[in-house]
Amino acid sequence: MRGEAHGGRGGAARRRDAVSSTPARVQRVEENASVPVPGEESLSVERVRLAIELDIPSDVRYIEDIVAMVTRQCAQLSYGARQLALNVPVALTEALSNAILYGNGEHPDRHVRVRAEVDRERLVVEVSDEGGGFDLEMSEIDPTSPENLLREDGRGLFLMRRLMDSVERFDDRGNVIRMTLRRS
Amino acid sequence: MSFSIRKQADVVVVDVEGQLIVGNRQELKQKVLDELEKGERKFLIDFSQTGYIDSSGLGVLVSLSKKIREQGGELRLANLNDDLKTLFELTKLDTLFQIADTRERALESF
Repeated sequence: MRGEAHGGRGGAARRRDAVSSTPARVQRVEENASVPVPGEESLSVERVRLAIELDIPSDVRYIEDIVAMVTRQCAQLSYGARQLALNVPVALTEALSNAILYGNGEHPDRHVRVRAEVDRERLVVEVSDEGGGFDLEMSEIDPTSPENLLREDGRGLFLMRRLMDSVERFDDRGNVIRMTLRRS
Repeated sequence: MSFSIRKQADVVVVDVEGQLIVGNRQELKQKVLDELEKGERKFLIDFSQTGYIDSSGLGVLVSLSKKIREQGGELRLANLNDDLKTLFELTKLDTLFQIADTRERALESF
């Protein structure tokens, strides 16, 4: 069902409108899903997996719309209220802003790829940029220590780790951050 | 996402509508700094209409807190929902800011 709205009611069209309201252009939007359609609510969602894949320019103005798309996918599979309001949006915003600002240096010709897969068990999000990457272990400071509490930066990776069940980095396909969250 | 600023008695009250994140944090910072520049010294940021805040948004709040204090002013936060409270607790920023449950209590605390 590529390009169709999950659950109907014009969701995909709204998403395209939302993203196109930002000045640059989304390069590719692919969505694959198999969800109950209106009138067939008796179908079980236990085995449903929603997937969304986007390729965006390095512009922080895309972040809010992408977060809304992924959060909506999680909401369709009944993720917890706190996960929808805190864990998913904050951790994904951090991963996207890291990729756009630091990975790609906001370079207009560099892109960020986002792939999110959601099922009733877990959300797995991969955010890839074209930068040189960084060492996850070496990059984290403790922003809660007294000497760091007044720092204006340094909380991004800390929050990703606290709000997700796992945060991993790969560099076999560019610089990739993979975050996993179990549904609760 | 937007910010509205109004004066209530001698307190500058800022409402954060929507998200406070990397894409709009500078707008909030500039609006508050403009008021500080004009001589205002009491600031209240109200989060009753706020969705989520990222690390950049938290960073701007820390920055404003320092700048306001440097000028002899005071900053209060109000109306954090449970999720936002958790965010402040995770980062221990709840120990840095004076946070009130309601706007009225925040205003009374100056």
